[in-house]
Amino acid sequence: MSAPARDASPAPAPAPKVRARGFSVFHGDAPSLRAVTLDIAERRILGIIGPAGSGKTTFLRALNRLNDLLPDCRTEGELLLDGQDIYRPEFDPVSLRKRAGMVFALPVPLPMSIRDNVVYGPTLSGVRRRADLDRLVEESLRAAFLWDEVKDRLATSALRLSGGQQQRLCLARVLAMKPELILLDEPCSGLDPISTARIEEALTALKAQYTIVLVTNNTKQAARVADETAFFLMGELVECGPTAGLFTVPRDPRTADYVTGRFG
Amino acid sequence: MRHAGETWTKRLFLAIACSAIAGLALIAVFILKEGVPFLLRVGPAHFLASSDWQPQAGRFGIYPMIVASLWVTLGAMLIGAPLGIAGAVFLTQFVPPGVTRVVKPAIELLAGIPSVVYGFLGVMALAPLIRDRFGGPGLSVLAASIVLGAMILPTVISISVDAINAVPRSYLEGALALGATRWQSVHRVILKAARSGIVASVILAMGRAIGETMAVIMVAGNAVRVPGSPLDSVRTLTANIALEMGYATGLHRQALFATGVVLFVIIMILNSIATAAVRRRGGRA
Amino acid sequence: MRLPPRHAQRLAVAVLGAATALTLGILAFILASVFQKGLPHVTWRFLADEPRDMCRAGGIFPTIVGSLLLPLLAIAIALPLGAGTAVFLTEYTRETRLTRAIRFGADCLSGIPSILFGLFGFIFFVVFLGMGWSLLSGGLTLAIMILPTIIRTSEEAILSVPAAYREVSFSLGATRWETVRRVVLPNALPGIVTGVMLGIGRCIGETAAVIFTAGSSLRLPRSAFDSVRTMSVHFYILAREGLSAEMAYGTAAVLILSILIVNLAAYGLMHRFISRRAA
Repeated sequence: MSAPARDASPAPAPAPKVRARGFSVFHGDAPSLRAVTLDIAERRILGIIGPAGSGKTTFLRALNRLNDLLPDCRTEGELLLDGQDIYRPEFDPVSLRKRAGMVFALPVPLPMSIRDNVVYGPTLSGVRRRADLDRLVEESLRAAFLWDEVKDRLATSALRLSGGQQQRLCLARVLAMKPELILLDEPCSGLDPISTARIEEALTALKAQYTIVLVTNNTKQAARVADETAFFLMGELVECGPTAGLFTVPRDPRTADYVTGRFG
Repeated sequence: MRHAGETWTKRLFLAIACSAIAGLALIAVFILKEGVPFLLRVGPAHFLASSDWQPQAGRFGIYPMIVASLWVTLGAMLIGAPLGIAGAVFLTQFVPPGVTRVVKPAIELLAGIPSVVYGFLGVMALAPLIRDRFGGPGLSVLAASIVLGAMILPTVISISVDAINAVPRSYLEGALALGATRWQSVHRVILKAARSGIVASVILAMGRAIGETMAVIMVAGNAVRVPGSPLDSVRTLTANIALEMGYATGLHRQALFATGVVLFVIIMILNSIATAAVRRRGGRA
Repeated sequence: MRLPPRHAQRLAVAVLGAATALTLGILAFILASVFQKGLPHVTWRFLADEPRDMCRAGGIFPTIVGSLLLPLLAIAIALPLGAGTAVFLTEYTRETRLTRAIRFGADCLSGIPSILFGLFGFIFFVVFLGMGWSLLSGGLTLAIMILPTIIRTSEEAILSVPAAYREVSFSLGATRWETVRRVVLPNALPGIVTGVMLGIGRCIGETAAVIFTAGSSLRLPRSAFDSVRTMSVHFYILAREGLSAEMAYGTAAVLILSILIVNLAAYGLMHRFISRRAA
C-alpha cells in the first residue's frame, strides 16, 4: 500500500519493543504455548484475546519471566526485549521484572498502607529519600487516576479500598517502578463498569509513555482500548494486527468465529 | 549479579534447616556412645532380664523397671484413654461449637501444667487416699497410673478430636438420614471411621506416659521390685535414670544411658505403630 | 440388654458428659488446690526475696530469674534455627528426600522424652563440651527440645501467607529473600510468635531436662556459664525434701500463673492473627 509522502509526515513505524520468534513454553511435557511469533510495538496497547486455556496468560507471564516460579517450566525460541533475549541464561529475571510490571486479574493489595504499597518496588531499588518517595507516590497515584480519592489517607490500610480502587492502586504500584512495559492480566474481570472505565481511561493515557500488553477475555474491551490485537487459540497465535482490521475483516476464519461470538 | 547473592542465602537456609537432623544425630550418637559399650559388655539379655539391680556391686538388671514402666503405662492408658475418647466424642458431637471454643483452651491449659505439679498433688492428695482406702504405701502403681492417666488426657483428647473432625460430614448426614439417632450414628459410623486416628492418639499418649519422669518419681514409690499388685511401690525406667544420674559414675552411669537406649527404643516402636496405624487407613486420621 | 435407641442416646450423652466433666474437674482441682493453698503465700516479699533457712522461708527470687533467663536463651537459639528451617522448607525448596529427612528428624525430636534430653544435655554440653551445669547448657538443651514446635508453628504461619502476595512481590522485582523479609515473615509473625510463646511455656514447666543441665544453684547468675535454678526445679526440690509445704504451694502457684499468662498471651495473639486474616 504505497502512498506519496505527505508534508505533515506521520511518525515512522515505532521500533518493536518486544519480539517473539518461534517462542514456546512447556509445562512439563505439555506445550502451553507453541511457536509464537509476533512483534509488540513501543508505546502502543496490544490487546490479547482468546478463550480460556488459549495461552494468553502464559504468554503474558513469559514477558516478565513470572513463569520461572512454576516448577517444570521450559521455554524454546526467542523472546526479545529491546533486542535482547530475556531467556538467555545470564539474563537476570529480577531486573527484568523491574522493567516489566504486572497487574493481576484479582487486585492484590499488599497488607500495608496505601503509601507503603506504592513505594514497595522503589524501595527495593534503593530509593530512600522521603521527598523522592513522596513525589513518586503522588505521580503514580495520579497516573492511575487514584490520587484524588486517597490523597488524604495514604497511611491507611490498602485493604480498606474498594475493588476498583485496589486495582488502580495495583496499577500505581507498577507505575512507581517506572517500567518500560506494563502487563495486565484481565485486570477488569472482577470490577464494575465504572471502575472498568476508569482503568481503561488510565491505560489510554498511559500509552503515551509505556508499552502496554493487555490480556482480556472481553473482546469489546480490546476493541475499545487496544491499538493492535492478537488472537490466541489453544496455545497458538492465530492472528495479530491492527484492532479495527482484526474485528471487521479478520484473515483467519477462527478469528471470525471468536469475535462474532460463535464460540468463546 | 543478583543471582550470586540468592545462591548464598539459599545455602545459608539449607544449613540452618539441617539443624534438626544435626541435633537428632548428636543425641543419638552421644547416648549410644555411652550406652552401647555397656550393653556389649554386660550383655543385653542379662541387662533386660535380670531383676538384680545393685550398681555398687556391679549388678545391672533392669527387668523390674521395665515391668514397672509397662504396668504404669498400661494403667495410665486404661484410665486416660476411655476418659479422653469420651471427652473427644462429647465435645465434637454433643456440644454446640461455642462451648468447644471455651473448653479447648482449658484442655490446653491442662497440658501445660508441669509434671512436677501433677506429681506433687498426687503425693499430697492421691497417695493418702489410696493408702487409707486400699492399704499399702499409697505411693504405688495405682497412684502413678492415675496421675499419668490424667496427664495424657490432653493428648488423647486433642488428637482424637482431630481424627473425629476429619471424618467427612456426609457420613454423619447419611446415617441420620437413615433414621439413626445421633448416638447410633456416632458409635456405628463416625467412631469406626475415625478409629485409626483415635488408636494413634492412644498409642502416642502411651509413648508420652512411658517417657514421663518427674510425676512418676514422686508418686510411684521407687522401690526396685517387680510389682505383684497395683498397690506395690515401683520404680520405672525413667525414675531409675533420674534418681541415680546425680551421683552415678563409670559403669553405673553407662548403665543409666543404656536404660535410656532401652526407653528410646520402646518409644520409637510405639510411635512407629501409631504412624503405621494412621497410614494403613490411607492416611485418614 | 438392648435399650431403645432414645434411651441409649440419653445414657450415652450422660456418660460422655460425665467423662468430660471429670476431665475438666481435674483441671479445676489442680488449679483450686494450688491457688487456694499457694496464693496466700505469694506476696511481694515472696517474689523478691531469696530463699532462707534451707528454703523454709523467704522467697523465690533467684528461681524466678532462672525461669526467665533459661527459656529466653532457649528461644534465642531455637527461634532463628526453627524459623529458618521453616523458611527453607516453604520458600526455598520443593519436597525432596532432604525435606522429608528434615521433617522426620523434627518428628523424632518431638517424641523424645525430656529425661533423655537431660541425659544428652548432661553428657554433651555439661561434660563433653565442658560447659558445666550452666545457663548455656540448659538453654542449648531446651532449644533442641522446643525446636520441633518452633519449626511446626512457623511453617504453618508461613504457609498461611497467601501465595498472591509473593507473586506480587516477585512481579515488582524482588528477590526471594526480599520477598521473605518484607512480605512473608511480617505476615507470618503473629503465628510465629504464638509458637514462641508455646515454646516458652513448655520451657518454664520443664524439670527433668533442666535439672541435669542447668543445675540448681540459688545464686544469681553473673554469666551464661553460671548454674541457675528454675521455679520448677525449686518446686521439685521443695516437694522431695518436704521441708515447707507453704513454700512449695507458693512456688507452684507462681509457676502455674506464669504458664497461664504465657498461654493466654499466645491465645490472644492467635486470635488477633485469625481475625486479621479474615478482614
